[in-house]
Parts: sequence; C-alpha cells; structure tokens
Amino acid sequence: MARPRALSEFIAEANEILEALGRDLLVLDERRGQEADPDLLNGVFRAAHSLKGLSGMFGQDSIARLAHQTEDLLDGLRLGKVALDDALLDALIETLDLFNALLAEAAEEREGPAQEVAIAQADRLQRLLGPAVASAADPLDTLGLDPQMRAVFTEYEEHRLRENVKRGVALYRVRAVFSLADFDQGLAALNAKLKPLGEVISTLPSSQPGDESTIAFDLVFGSAKEQGELEAAVEEQKGLVTLMTPAATARPRPAPLANDREVSGPQLRALDAPRTPETSLRSLTQTVRVDIGRLDGLMNAVGELLLIKSNIQQLAEGARQAAAGSAPLPKLWGQELFKESRALERKLDELQKGILEVRMVPLGQVFDKLSRLVRRIVRESGKEIDFDLAGGDVELDKLIVEELSDPLMHLLRNAIDHGVESPEARVKAGKPRRAVVRLKARQQGNHVVLEVGDDGAGMNEERIREVAIERNVVTVAQAEGLERRELLNLVFIPGFSTRASVSELSGRGVGLDVVKTNLARLSGIIDIDSRRGQGTTFTLTLPLTLAIIRALVVEVSGRTWAVPLNSVMEIVQVTTPELRSIEKKEVFSLRGQTVPFVRLSRVFGLPETKLEKHQVVIVGLAQARVGLAVDQLLGQQDIVTKPLGGRLRSVPGVAGATDLGNRRTVLVLDVAAVIEGLLRPRSAS
Amino acid sequence: MKVLIVEDSKATRELLATTVQTIGGVEVICAVSGFEALKVLPRFQFALIITDINMPDINGLELINFVKKNPHYRDTPLFVVTTEGRNQDRERGLALGAAEYLIKPFEAEVLVALVKRYLKLG
Repeated sequence: MARPRALSEFIAEANEILEALGRDLLVLDERRGQEADPDLLNGVFRAAHSLKGLSGMFGQDSIARLAHQTEDLLDGLRLGKVALDDALLDALIETLDLFNALLAEAAEEREGPAQEVAIAQADRLQRLLGPAVASAADPLDTLGLDPQMRAVFTEYEEHRLRENVKRGVALYRVRAVFSLADFDQGLAALNAKLKPLGEVISTLPSSQPGDESTIAFDLVFGSAKEQGELEAAVEEQKGLVTLMTPAATARPRPAPLANDREVSGPQLRALDAPRTPETSLRSLTQTVRVDIGRLDGLMNAVGELLLIKSNIQQLAEGARQAAAGSAPLPKLWGQELFKESRALERKLDELQKGILEVRMVPLGQVFDKLSRLVRRIVRESGKEIDFDLAGGDVELDKLIVEELSDPLMHLLRNAIDHGVESPEARVKAGKPRRAVVRLKARQQGNHVVLEVGDDGAGMNEERIREVAIERNVVTVAQAEGLERRELLNLVFIPGFSTRASVSELSGRGVGLDVVKTNLARLSGIIDIDSRRGQGTTFTLTLPLTLAIIRALVVEVSGRTWAVPLNSVMEIVQVTTPELRSIEKKEVFSLRGQTVPFVRLSRVFGLPETKLEKHQVVIVGLAQARVGLAVDQLLGQQDIVTKPLGGRLRSVPGVAGATDLGNRRTVLVLDVAAVIEGLLRPRSAS
Repeated sequence: MKVLIVEDSKATRELLATTVQTIGGVEVICAVSGFEALKVLPRFQFALIITDINMPDINGLELINFVKKNPHYRDTPLFVVTTEGRNQDRERGLALGAAEYLIKPFEAEVLVALVKRYLKLG
C-alpha cells in the first residue's frame, strides 16, 4: 500500500530507526565480551522489527527482507537462543551499514549494488542463526501462573520471565492505582524505584477498578529481594506487592550457548562476509529536531516584536498628524522613537540568536556514525588502534555537521590505513604497540576547531618535495624556497596526489584536495602538522553557522562589497614601495611570509583608484593566504547572503547579494573563488 | 463513527489513518503508544480499534485484554495490525478477543473492506 508521495516520510522515519539502532550497536560494540543488557538487546530487536514493518508497508522489499532476517537473528539473540559473539556483532554492524546504503538507494528511487549485497547478507544472517533448537520442558508451566495473565504475555515477555525463573529469583506482582490523566509519570516513578531491585517484566493495565478517573496497573516483577524491602521501596507510589512465586532454591542453570558455533566462527567470517558498498554518512533527511523550549523562546520574541510594532505604529500616526497640521508633534516623540528602535534592535538580536540555536545540532550525531565506521575499518586493517573521541557535545549548524561527515571520514580512514604503522613496526620504532587515532572538537569563539590526528609515522617532507617537483606542482626554484608548513600543505593541491604516490608518502594526499574543497565550501580552513615518527594532525576550523554571517564592508572603485568575516585573518596597510613582483604577480611580505597581493578592482575589471597606501584584507581559506587590496574599510555588519538568480549566478568571485539596510544591495565576495582563480594558472604551469 | 489507531511508527500510523479515512463517515483518532490509547479510550465512543502489537510501553496484547475485560469497551471490535508473524502472539491476540489479525504488509483494499464490514458500512 505504497503512496509515492509518502517516500520522504518513509525515509525520515527509517533514518531515525537506523540512527537509534546505530547508537545501541555502538554500546554493544564498546562492551564486547560483557553480558548484554536485556533492555539494550530488546531495543535493537525493536529497531529491526519496526524497520521491517515500516519498509513492508512502503513497498521497500529489499529493506524489508533484510530487516526480516535481521529481526529473526535478533529475536534469537534476545530470547537467548543465539549467543552474542564477535562474529555476530560484526555481522550486525555491517548489516546496519547495508541498511543505510539501501535507504540511500531508495531515496534516489533507483536499484543499486546494495540490493544484491543485501541478498547475500540475509543468507549470512540466516547461517548465523542456525537451525532452531527444540525447547526443553517450559519452566513456566510449573509456576502455576494465572493463565489469564499469561495469555497477554508476548513471546519475549515469556522469555524474560523464564530467565528470571532460571536465575531462581522470586516473582512479584506490584499493583498500583494512578489517576488516568498522568499515569505515565506515576508509572515512570514506580519503574525508577523498582529497576535497581530487579527486572520489570511486564506492565499490564488492569480493567478492574471501574471508575472513570483512575487506572490500575499490575507490574510483573522479578527480584531476589524480600517482599518487605519491595514494599518499602514502592510505599510512596502506594504500590501493593504480592508474591506470585517464591524464589527457587535450585541452582541457576547457565544460559544456553549458541547452537552452531562452527558456522558463526570468525574463520568463516572473512570468506562469507559480503562487502557493504561505501555510502556517504550524510543523513538523508533535511530536518532538525527542536527542543520545544527553544521554540517557545522564539515565540516570545515574536510576541515582543509585535508589541514594539504597535508602539512604532502609534509614533508614526503621531508624526502623520503633525505633518498634516492637525496636532502638534508630541514633545518626547524623538526620544520615544529612539527608545523603540533600540528595543527593536535588541529583540531582533534575540530572535536571530534563537533561530541560529535552532539550527544547531551536537557533533555527537555524526561522531556516533564515525565511531562505528572507524571500528570497522580498524578491524579490517588488522592494526591495533584506540580511537580517542572527544567533544561530541559541541554544537554546529546542522548543514555544516552534515557536510563534515565525509571529509572527517576521509581523514580518519587515511590515518588508520596509512598514518598508523603495523604493531610490529611500532614496537621496532620503540613506540607502544597500540596506536591512537584522535578526533577532538572544541568551540573557540565563533568557530569550531576539529582535530584529526594519529601517533603514526608522520609524513616525509623530502618525499613531498620530490613528488611535488615530479608532478609539476611547483618548480625546483619554488620548492627550494618553501617552508615546512607550505611544503606539507602541498598535499592539498589537486594533482599532487596520485595512486602511485600513495605508499611512498604514507598514503597522505589521497583525495586530500577533495577534503580541502569540501571544507572550503563551508568557509572552513584546514591546516596540517606532521612530525616524522610522531604522527600527523589535521586541524579543521569552521564557522558555527553559514546562515547569518558577519561581514567586513569595504569599498572598491566606488562600489561597496561585503567580505565574509570568517575568512578574514587580519587587515594590514601596505605601501606601494613594499610591493614586489614574482612571476609577473604582485606580492608583499607579511612577517617574513610572501603573500600574493590582489587588487580587487582588477579582478572585477573596475577602474583603479591610484593609492600610495593600500588597505589590505588578508583572507585565508584552507591553507591559502591572500591579501586583497581595497580602497576603504567601511565597517562590520551581520548579513544574510541571498543567492543571485539568472545570468548573474555564474559570475566568478560573487557569492551572492545582501541588503545592508538603507535599501542598498551589495555583492558578497566569494573568497574561495577569488583565491582559486588566482592559484589555477600557477598550478597549471 | 470514530476509529482509534494505535501505532508507534509515525509513517505507518499516517498511512493507516489515510487509508481508513478514505471511507466516508469515518473519523480517525490516533494514539502513538499503548499509554496514549489508555488515555484516549474513555474520552470518545469508538466504533473500532486498530492496534499494533509491538510498542514500547504496553504491548498490543495487553491493550486487547484491557479493552475486552472492560465493560465500557468490550463490545468494540478490535483489529491487530502487526509485523508479528509469530504464531503464538497471533493465537493469543485472537484468543483475547481481537476480531481480525492483519500481518503487514497488506493491501489497502483489504483493510478498507474489513473496516467497512465491522462498521456495517456499504
């Protein structure tokens, strides 16, 4: 019963399910070797179950089939028929990646390679599940439970009941009556009291008390504690505790083991594991979940703006009447207007801040996905690596977080595959066997700084120099003059990295130009530091948001331009005699470093203003630094960039237009394009 | 006539609601969980209840039992719509008094026909 227009609803919900599944699997992954929490296993099962139902309803058969097989396996797991071993957990994590790939294909309404992989994966899951075991005599039959109560247990609840009986604990019934209006809070409080003392196996609404405003619940509770202790615990909720079956004196039996260990052994895994196609980590939905409190705050701000509006309307009416001569202008009119405009400014600031907050999401959302993938890559690489993750609570604009996941993955994969040495090589070099790969985020003013680092072999500067010359990225003369940092940054230039150079340079440079381009699109800056034998660190600096930015307003040849402030590093004055010329290009020296001098008037073909002293805006984008010469600095302002339409859209160097107030529209400089345009002829030479 | 749909999946809930609403004279009220269903039940006179089995708070079987034991609601027909192909749960659902047990995915026409039959419409 699929409706095509419901596809996006399906994608959004499936995506949410997969995110939850990913979080739970991550916890299981981190606690390998420990006994799994039944609630967690049930959560994972529920996710697969919901996905099966959902995809079935929406005619997504490949997802439904794989979800079905996954659900069966997880059902065996939560019912204790299958043991959670490494092979099974690996298979589940790979299945999650496969679901993401299938969902991406579904979102694009195409049939892709993931579909075939899904069929193989379903077979594999089935093998892991093995043949069903015949169940022995059911211990529940001997309990003498009320058959009416047993009739409403699902298979899973029966299993939990059985597990409690096996452990030899007593079963209690806790009855509590709540008001119909807020019984969920009452139940939550009761559950919180009971949870530390045992396991709540089932919550049964009771039909017995007939009145309209209350509802009673029976909680079936397994616990090793005495009845008196339970009664004391639930006294506040007026819970009534009755013993259903006493604690057994029999020794608890060990939990059943996996029935088919040979099949699920790790030896077979490498052979029969279908490869999941790589997919982007970017989520498929364009929605942000917002705390209702934040929305209330926005609503309040709007309410106050309306109040200010009516005040201003009154003042305007006063002015209109004064102009018409029907009434004198009130004495304090000017003062009042000034007061209102100040209030308006404050409220608009508040509103702006509020809306920006709504767009903010914690980086943890993408960190969860990354950490899952990192574990997988580490396992595949056979290296011994600890993944050190920090700063998941740092918040960034949703769009930036989405765009960040792929570049981060790229850098992490490089660090694992090429940055970190084999355990043997590390021991030989006198380093600890286990390597560390780090991903850290922190907020710094209006920016977020992310660090991706490893304590691996580091880069070979001399090799970079040689390769750069070989590939005509720089001339021999240029290469001689390059400083360490400039040399390292050559790896970001397109054409520098090729397959052939991969192993020679510990693999760095693989697609780094792509990482750089992606970051530049987010007005981000990437820097690199590497020490031989000590490791490599990439530092990514990103603005908190792209929606509203602060801009430097400048004048060039009588025209006004806005330069996004997040790419402005500093402003200096340069006199004409300080300018030098290298390869017919103007440069100047900034604290010993040679920086290209770009006259914006020439870039846009405007008449030049002859000046002796130039105001130079130093802009930085990724590792590039350029000095933009402008005629005059007019100040700073918050701007909202609007895209240009029609033919103006593809004018190089112009990112869009903005309104500076006073009904004047100015163009926003595309710093990335200006810098790229400058570098292109050089790298082509 | 009011039909209560109890389903925790938003997309499925909306799909069910849209399907049932195509039947003239039927008003759909949705609950996102078993708890919410318990709260909504006394507020309206429902002609039919459609519930999922696997829900986070109370399961569908418990909801059926509650409805069928309660003198106010026990005559209301109840459909189970679930992914649960498991025989035990199906048998229990029907034993507890569910009128129909539909396993997802199913055709919209089937649901519409069943709803019409129990509501004695056309």
